[in-house]
Amino acid sequence: MHEKKHQFTTISSKPIDRLYGPQNLTGFDCNRDLGEPGYYPFTRGIHPTMYRGRLWTMRQFSGFGTAVETNKRYKFLLDHGQTGLSVAFDFPTLMGYDSDQERSEGEIGKCGVAIDTLADMETLFDGIPLDKVTTSMTINGPASILFAMYLVVAEKEGVSWDKVGGTVQNDVLKEFIAQNSWAFPPEPSMRVVVDMIEFCTKHAPKWNTISISGYHIREAGSTAAQELGLTLADGIAYVEACVKRGLKVDDFAPRLSFFFNAHNDFFEEVAKYRAARRIWARVMKDRFHAKNERSWALRFHTQTAGCSLTAQQPYNNVVRTALQALAAVMGGTQSLHTNSLDETLALPTEHAVRVALRTQQIIAHESGVTNTVDPLGGSYFVESLTNELERDALAMIKKIDEMGGMLKAIAMGWPQREIADASYRYQKQIETKEKVIVGVNEYVSKDEHPLEILKITEETAKAQIERLKKVKARRDGSKVKQTLSTLKEAAGTGGNVMEPLIESVRAYATLNEMTETMRSVFGEYKDPAIF
Amino acid sequence: MEKRIRILIAKPGLDGHDRGVKVVARALRDAGFEVIYTGLHQTPEMIVSAAVQEDVHAIGLSILSGAHLHLFRKVKELLKEQHAGDIALFGGGIIPEEDVRELKKLGVGAVFAPGTPTDEIVAWVKKHVKTK
Repeated sequence: MHEKKHQFTTISSKPIDRLYGPQNLTGFDCNRDLGEPGYYPFTRGIHPTMYRGRLWTMRQFSGFGTAVETNKRYKFLLDHGQTGLSVAFDFPTLMGYDSDQERSEGEIGKCGVAIDTLADMETLFDGIPLDKVTTSMTINGPASILFAMYLVVAEKEGVSWDKVGGTVQNDVLKEFIAQNSWAFPPEPSMRVVVDMIEFCTKHAPKWNTISISGYHIREAGSTAAQELGLTLADGIAYVEACVKRGLKVDDFAPRLSFFFNAHNDFFEEVAKYRAARRIWARVMKDRFHAKNERSWALRFHTQTAGCSLTAQQPYNNVVRTALQALAAVMGGTQSLHTNSLDETLALPTEHAVRVALRTQQIIAHESGVTNTVDPLGGSYFVESLTNELERDALAMIKKIDEMGGMLKAIAMGWPQREIADASYRYQKQIETKEKVIVGVNEYVSKDEHPLEILKITEETAKAQIERLKKVKARRDGSKVKQTLSTLKEAAGTGGNVMEPLIESVRAYATLNEMTETMRSVFGEYKDPAIF
Repeated sequence: MEKRIRILIAKPGLDGHDRGVKVVARALRDAGFEVIYTGLHQTPEMIVSAAVQEDVHAIGLSILSGAHLHLFRKVKELLKEQHAGDIALFGGGIIPEEDVRELKKLGVGAVFAPGTPTDEIVAWVKKHVKTK
């Protein structure tokens, strides 16, 4: 029979058959491999009722300029029906630099909001009730510092730490694999993560301590299976590190969460989320002997694929994002960010963000897909693909185990090289038109109209540096010195750094003062520049 | 024998997005050029000093953080200071059209937007970068 291609493959180059049927599922056991939603191994979802009980959290990642401007954007989003906050920080903040440092020049407030001290954090959440809104913060190297700032803001609002809910990304391993915003070398970075988990287990039991992220691994060019395998391997590394510290697995594992990408290939993505839940449940139960069901259940946030958006014919991005978001929902996500159509050009305008948020609301309220749980479960194709992704991911996890764990694999440059290879392969497939991208390598239009885009001017930098100057003039310098010296001691002696960080934050020490204090003990990391 | 074209590919600033830069570095290497990749988080000073030391014919900067105007300007100034203004400068990333015009005025030879085929970058280098 004639077919228009020799081979059909997913975006990740996984071959797909003409038709799937019972023969693809020999050995498949519905009770063992699917189970009921809300029960082990959670393949069909982590709640028995899923979106019939509660919709996912609509959480748009947002931040730009100074805390004053971003606070306004948050209030705008909450007014338009957004149900949680998600903070984007600028590059200096992500790397632990202050706005008045030379390294920060040209970058202040550009990719997110600039935060230097507790004073900025107070402004950022001004008028936002931290006992009602949950906040996700995308911060990794200096995550414990920003988290300390958040706790102190909550305390000043009169909200006790056991009431604050939210997430810090805090996934340092994927920084070395893909995202590249680190503060310390891998080993001390891991230690600080474990410090923070240990602290939260005692003092902030509702806080999600890490968002173990495949998103950036995928954005860096990995396949769906690599995203899955590397992310779960990172998860395993964190659990191992916590257990080694002496924490009981059921005391911290329920607060681990995940973060995946939603790319273009609809069924591959749905299969990826379903496989993720099944693998994690089995890993937690069989490998780590967790007894609490909440330790087995993989909860995750999803963001649509930024790297799939095109600068050419940007309105097409609305459609791409809608399809990707639909995959996330069909895959049972707990929260979702939909990208705005203009994000290949700049940070999004208010108008573009609203369209992105409306996309989620249309899926939730108009499409009907939320009426039943795991609507694709039982499809020969989806179940086969779920099995295949599971198999591929388990093979990667095994390989990493054989290397001696993820830290070793990173030191060998293995995940970095795997991703770079996959990314180059995909680029070649686009250039030979083996993969079609509408508006880029096919269906190209010549008459494109420029979009209106958000501009962050140098005025922002000036204003931020001025804010910082005022804070420095007003604070008690000797108190700062004293708290930083306690921090240094904790870092050097292996004590938990969280308490000294909270004290330094209270004294209005700057982000860089705290980071530099820890760097003086932990050292720095240099990019191995593998390509 | 004709001298091979040497290119320094660099990531200035704090930007960690390196998918594009790695693809471009590899494509230029596959096209037969000598490619030196700096890795992430380079200051303009580090980049220009590497360019002079390595005696390159061109520098390609990749910036997706929005800091492009500042960083290209700084690199261009430092090249002039080092009497290395003849080194061709090009780049790419998330750069709005309006800023592309601004960068061209600064003397940046080409700015490649997302979605550019690597062949196009190779062709540009072949046409515009000379081995002196």
